[in-house]
This record gives sequence, structure tokens and C-alpha cells, in this order.
Amino acid sequence: MDDALIEVEGVTKSFVVRRRAGRFRRTRTVVDAVAGLDFTVRRGEMVGYIGPNGAGKSTTIKMLTGILLPSSGRLRVAGADPVRDRVRLAQRMGVVFGQRTTLWWDLPLRDSYELARRIYRIPDATYTRNLARCVELLELEDLLDVPVRQLSLGQRMRGDIAAALLHEPEVLYLDEPTIGLDVVSKRRVREFLARVNAERGTTVLLTTHDLTDIEQLCSRVMVIDHGRVVYDGGLDGLHEQGRSERTLVVDLEREQPPIELPGTRLVRCEGTRQWLAFPASASAAPLVAALAGRYALRDLSVREPEIEDVIARMYGEAVVAV
Amino acid sequence: MYTAVCVRSFRRYATYRAATGARVITNTVFGFIISYTYLALWQVRPHLGGYDLSSALTYVWIGQGLLSVAALNDLGALTDLQTRISNGDVAVDLYRPVDQQAWWLACDLGRAGYQLVANAAIPMLVGALAFHLRVPQGSGWAVAACWSASALALVLALVVGYAIRYLVALTAFWLLDVRGVQLVYFLACSFFGGFFLPVTLFPPVLEAIARALPFVAVFQVPADVFLQRYDAAGTLAALGLQLVWAVVLLGIGRLVQGRAVLKVVVQGG
Repeated sequence: MDDALIEVEGVTKSFVVRRRAGRFRRTRTVVDAVAGLDFTVRRGEMVGYIGPNGAGKSTTIKMLTGILLPSSGRLRVAGADPVRDRVRLAQRMGVVFGQRTTLWWDLPLRDSYELARRIYRIPDATYTRNLARCVELLELEDLLDVPVRQLSLGQRMRGDIAAALLHEPEVLYLDEPTIGLDVVSKRRVREFLARVNAERGTTVLLTTHDLTDIEQLCSRVMVIDHGRVVYDGGLDGLHEQGRSERTLVVDLEREQPPIELPGTRLVRCEGTRQWLAFPASASAAPLVAALAGRYALRDLSVREPEIEDVIARMYGEAVVAV
Repeated sequence: MYTAVCVRSFRRYATYRAATGARVITNTVFGFIISYTYLALWQVRPHLGGYDLSSALTYVWIGQGLLSVAALNDLGALTDLQTRISNGDVAVDLYRPVDQQAWWLACDLGRAGYQLVANAAIPMLVGALAFHLRVPQGSGWAVAACWSASALALVLALVVGYAIRYLVALTAFWLLDVRGVQLVYFLACSFFGGFFLPVTLFPPVLEAIARALPFVAVFQVPADVFLQRYDAAGTLAALGLQLVWAVVLLGIGRLVQGRAVLKVVVQGG
């Protein structure tokens, strides 16, 4: 593929973990943080990378950014080996960690940007243009002269995102960029990322536990668990893969014994209201017709499955499978 | 770029005025305590270790002045590095196209520059007012040579000190909590560096050990250069020794850094 920016083929990474076993003895166990990872990200894509804690997300990012050497497999970013070309690639990538900061704690935000200009040798015109844009879109105007330690988490996060983009990276790695942010800050960050991706064609790889991030930003999602990609595709496909269910909420005229209807499963029964689950892929129409024929209905509605439930089920299954 | 880092580090330290003030006062008070101890000592044994009284007192106040500048009892800017290693933030630093060792050296020189202005000047001035201190003597040329050699010796001392502290900070990759190593460093630096007492006062064996260690290059050597205890050739040799230590220790730092980076992943997945 010509426009592949990130290529990962059969990548594994194992760590040796020493555990205390008795007073002096230590047992050595080899832990596979990542076991046979395969995926490709094309230029300009915005990919959500999700998985439970400890699934190998950060390990993957560390290998892609060249600070961790894979135990085996092949890994290329923009055609280069991230570990060997770490410094050169660093010029072309931006990294934001929700829980870490690259900003200078004691100095005004502006100083960190000035420093970024020197670090990445950003030409003056580019720097001025990019800073102005980031300041405008992330609403940093009033914060530029505030020492970073006085910024709120949301403000600091916006500051960090701007710092990662001043040198116009081709690829942006975001590790939980919205963690701990309030609703308004989250929305602002998401809108900004969407614009960066749309206008500059910056490739974005985003890890998050907030699935709203994914729903609003990414057309493609990769689910990783126990160091393996267990799903790679659109959000819609997730529902099928996760064997998700829709729910019929039935309001009856008067209380009835639990409804038994082929193709559905009774989830809950409370007074005149009953909840029936059915496969998301099946049509609701025949079920509604059958219900209407048998019962006096006051109201009826269909609930779409929550993406969170789908993912939760997927994580659960993967654990059982291993 | 590293100049810019240096300047910002200077400003970063300048933001904490109260800490600066407290240090200045502490250093000055300690200067008096040690001065009176030395006075008593030199009255009993004049020319102890080859220093006359005035030189000995000057030695004390140079010590109080350089304590913060050369970071003899803290890690200087490397306190930040050590913290970033312990909490995993160092991973973010590695994503940037910069040389870590040079980056932190720039930070530390910025810090030292600030402390030279803010911390060293006042105690030394107070010491000079309260006691008869020794300034470089001799012909105009000799005085000028002594001042320039001292300046150079100070810079080299800062680099050697930095190189040692960089190694101390890097141990955080393995130990996570480096307080123990730090304590050993403080003691070694103060004792073998000649900060408590000039190493020339040590028993011969101990002095030989001290001379073989790099700590003298951080304190004793630059102080002796300023006190004109070396002749021209001796001064060059002293500066050469500092340079050798700087190169060797920075080299070791580089090797250790290479190994340390492989450990990065451990902290904070």
C-alpha cells in the first residue's frame, strides 16, 4: 500500500518480570505485553485504539514512537524504523499523553512554545501561523502568559495539544487526551482534533477509555486485548462482532405475566413495563407486530445498544478465550 | 536551542524568590559558624594543610557561595529529571528530538547561573565584610590570569558535578527512589570534595583516596585555583584533571543513559 503511514506486522514485545518468591528467590516470568500485532494505518486516517487497562496500548505507542524496541516483528512509520530513526521521526510526529505534560511547570505557556520552536527548528512564519491557529481554536489567548502550574487540567491539556502540533507533525499519537476533562473541555478538544485531521490531513492514532471520543472522531476503531487486535473496522461492525442486542421496551395497558416471544429474551419486568432483548441484526418489525397482536399496548420503543456494553462484552470474551 | 533551554531554566529558578532568600540566609549563617570553627582551629595550628588563616576563611566562604551553585547538597536541575523518571514523565521527554544529556546540562547550567547571581554573591559579600578574605594577588597579569583560570575551573566544576549528578539521577531508572544514592552523593561530595575540610588536612591515605575521586574536581580544585595554590603549570594540570573527569563521567553517563532508556516502559504503562 502506497499511502500506508504506519505498518505493523507480527510485532511482539515481551518483558521479563521478576517476582519475589520466598525470602531471596525471585522467579522470572516472561510477560507478552503485545503478542503478534498486525495493522496498517493509512495517511490521513483517524483511528481509535481501545482496549482494557494493560492490554498493550501504551506499549504499542512506545514502539511506534521508537522508545521501545519490539522483541520481534516488523514496524515502520513513514517507511522508517522508529527505533533506529527515533530523532528524525520525532520531527514528524506529535505525542500527547493525557496524564503527562511536556510543558514547563514553572514558566508561562508561551515559553514552552518558544522552546518547541527551537527544538523542532520551526521556521518563523510556520510557527507564527500555527501558534495563532492553535491559540484561536483552543482558546489559549488568555493563558499564554500564565505559568503552567496555575492552569486547570483542561487548560493544560489544550496547552499540551497545541505544543504537540506547532511543528506540523504528519502523525499525532494521543494517549487519553480527554481523561479527567469536563464535558465542555472534552468537546473543545474533540472539535479541534477533528479539524486538524480534516484540514491538515494529520494522521491520528487515539487511545482512550471514553468511547464518546471514538464515536465522534474515528471512522475506524481497533480493539486490542491481551496484546492482540481483536477487532479492526468501523464502529457499526463492532455491534455485529460484539453480538450486541437491541432492546424493546414494552408498556402494557395492565400488568401481565412475563412475555414469552420467540426470538427475544426477557431482560426485566417491572409493573406494566417489560424489557425484551433481541439481536441487533434482526428486524424489530415482526416482533412489534406479534406483540401488538397479542397484547394491549400503551407504548413501545426500541433502544439501540450502548457501545460501552458492546465493548465490555468483547473484553469479557477475550479474557475467557485466554 | 540549548541556549534557550539554559535561559528558561535560569528563569524557572528565578520564580522561587522565597526559596532563594532562605538559602542565602542559611548559607550565610553556616558561613559564620564554620568560620569561627576554622578561626579556633587555625589559632591552634596556623598554616594547617598549607592554608594561612585568610585563605582558610576564604575557602569557607567560597564553599558557602558554591554550595548551591555547584549543587553539592542537592541534585540541582536533575531533581526534576529524577522526579520525571520516578513518575514516568521521562517517557514524554524521549519523544522529542533532543539529546537528553545535553538538554539537562543546559538546564543545570541555567540553574547554576541563577544561583551564582542570587545565592553566591550575597554570602560571599557578607563574608568579605565580616572577615579578612584573600583575593588573588600578584602583578596585574597574575591577578587577571587567576580570575580567568578560576572562572574556567568553575565551569568545569559545574560540568563534572553535573555529570556525577546525572548518574545519580539515572539510578532512578533502577531504584525508583534515589534518596539513598543521593545521600551517599551528598556525603561523598562534601567529604571527598573538600567541602567540610580541605582534603589537604586529611591523613595521607585518605587524601590520596580523595585525590583519586572526581569529587575534588567539583570543589577543592576550583577553590585552590582561586586561592592561587598552584603555579602556572599546576593550574593547567588542575584544569586538565577537571576536563578529564568531565569527559570520562559524561561518557559513562551516556552509556548508562543508553541502558536506562530500555527500562523506560516500566513506569506507568
